Amino acid sequence: MTLNAERVSRAAGGRLILDGVDLSPGPGATTGLLGPNGSGKSTLLRLLAGVLAPASGVVTLDGRPLDRVGRRDVARRVAVVEQQADTQVELTVRDVVRLGRIPHRRPWTPASAADEEAVTDALGRTRLTAQADRLWHTLSGGERQRVQIARALAQQPRELLLDEPTNHLDLRHQLDVLALVAALPVTSVVALHDLNLAAMYCDHLVVLSEGRVVARGEPAEVLTAGLVAEVYRVHAEVTRTGPAARPHVRFLGTLPD
Amino acid sequence: MTPAGAAKTADRAPAGIPAARRARPLWLWAPAGTVALCVSVAVAVTIGPADIDVADVWSVIAAHLGVGTTAGDVSPLRDGIVWDLRLPRTLLAAACGAGLAVCGAVLQSLLRNPLADPFVLGVSSGASTGAVLVVVLGVGGGALSVSGGAFLGAVCSFALVMLLSHSLGGTTDRVVLAGVAAMQLFSSLTSFVVLTAADAETTRGVLFWLLGSLGGAGWPDVWTGAAALVLALAVCLGHARTLDAFAFGQDAAATLGVHVVRTRLVLLCVTALLTAVLVASAGAIGFVGLVLPHAVRALTGPGHARLLPVCALAGAVFLVWVDTLARTVLEPKEVPVGVVTSLIGVPAFVLVLYRTRRPR
Repeated sequence: MTLNAERVSRAAGGRLILDGVDLSPGPGATTGLLGPNGSGKSTLLRLLAGVLAPASGVVTLDGRPLDRVGRRDVARRVAVVEQQADTQVELTVRDVVRLGRIPHRRPWTPASAADEEAVTDALGRTRLTAQADRLWHTLSGGERQRVQIARALAQQPRELLLDEPTNHLDLRHQLDVLALVAALPVTSVVALHDLNLAAMYCDHLVVLSEGRVVARGEPAEVLTAGLVAEVYRVHAEVTRTGPAARPHVRFLGTLPD
Repeated sequence: MTPAGAAKTADRAPAGIPAARRARPLWLWAPAGTVALCVSVAVAVTIGPADIDVADVWSVIAAHLGVGTTAGDVSPLRDGIVWDLRLPRTLLAAACGAGLAVCGAVLQSLLRNPLADPFVLGVSSGASTGAVLVVVLGVGGGALSVSGGAFLGAVCSFALVMLLSHSLGGTTDRVVLAGVAAMQLFSSLTSFVVLTAADAETTRGVLFWLLGSLGGAGWPDVWTGAAALVLALAVCLGHARTLDAFAFGQDAAATLGVHVVRTRLVLLCVTALLTAVLVASAGAIGFVGLVLPHAVRALTGPGHARLLPVCALAGAVFLVWVDTLARTVLEPKEVPVGVVTSLIGVPAFVLVLYRTRRPR
């Protein structure tokens, strides 16, 4: 059992952002959320995180509606990595990762050995141990994203939600971040713009367009020239020569609207 | 080096950027601060225009605390100066300094605004309007003291800010903007009342109060101030971890398990009430709440479990000495303490900002 969205809808400013979307990410798998700007990816992630409430439909965690599970209990299970987190506060890498222990700690009590162990472990898994004492504002974009993932891991989640974690990263850091996420033994849902990265690292893809699911399945089934034309209005050619016969999309130009 | 290799290393931080200053632990700061505060209070009460022997000062205090023999050789007048004027004034200075610094630190984190201070929610301007209505126009018909009027004014102003910010959308920037609006409104009301209805003497008195003065401190002020401080400090320290969670904004705090709306309401109310109590007895002492949190953060690091207690101690020590200076520097005249806090605070503030500036 894990996170589940059942026929969730959400409107903003009189416009439907999400229109009856179902999502049941496979436990332990990496699910890619695709779709053009404004298709509802971020909103769906915010509903799954419990930051927003659906106007209709329900998000459940282990079968219980999310709003009946306490905020702290949700935060111990579900961790979120935002698109571009930033702060004015002078925090070190370790300080930021320690934020992930907040849902596990009670007020007035100092950090336990388990807290420190989770922080050390998260730093190790994201290869940030040597950088632990650096200040947040001296980090590059790729490093910041890794630190946020380390913070999420320190929450010891079973579900991990990432909103376009590769935005503004150079090629190497994009691959680096997604390889890290795909290798984690947690259920992850990743909103992505890059179809080829999605094909390489996701076990399962869900494509949104104007608030509805238009395709879902394994990358090889979902990523077709027809779908790219329909959803993105882009003329593309899809080949299956990549590793493990994963599809590769080559863009040839835009199509008339 | 190949171009690919060069591009790879270019992304790394340049060598020579220092690792963060290691924050010293609380067990080092808290006892040191407590000792400094006790010494400051003990020394500050022996300083003043009336020429009273240091030994006499302490024997008066010891006698009142019931630990010494009754000070038979000290005149009742001197006894009164020490016990009814200097000691409550020094203690109220400590309470105000501590309270304002803690409120500033909490509001800066909660509103994610380095310019936030205890008066950002319009509390001080509301208080001054309330006080002026009592002093100048005699509102309350004598049943209301200046402090009482100031407290009521502060609460009204805070309620207005909460109402405004809620109906304007409730985001942090709306809270700050609503606070600015209330501040402007109430300062104009205060100026209007003072300039149209007050005589020169009253205007001078009101001005003194507006700038912040501990001159009127009595034991009731000390007790209410201390009680409000202890209560607010307990609530804020209980929320220390929650305040840490706001570093990356409200949504990030929410995904770390924080009830954002509830937390914000509780902390805004608690800091506003503490500020209202302090402003009601000492006027709007500026700058402590804005500057001290920044200075202390440079020493302790940003974690609130460490920051808040050290802020309280540093604020208390700071204001005890500033007030001592304010009442002695132009003896027997007094300078409003709020003027001295700024005169000392601004250069100190610039120094702190300079030393903690980020490499461009």
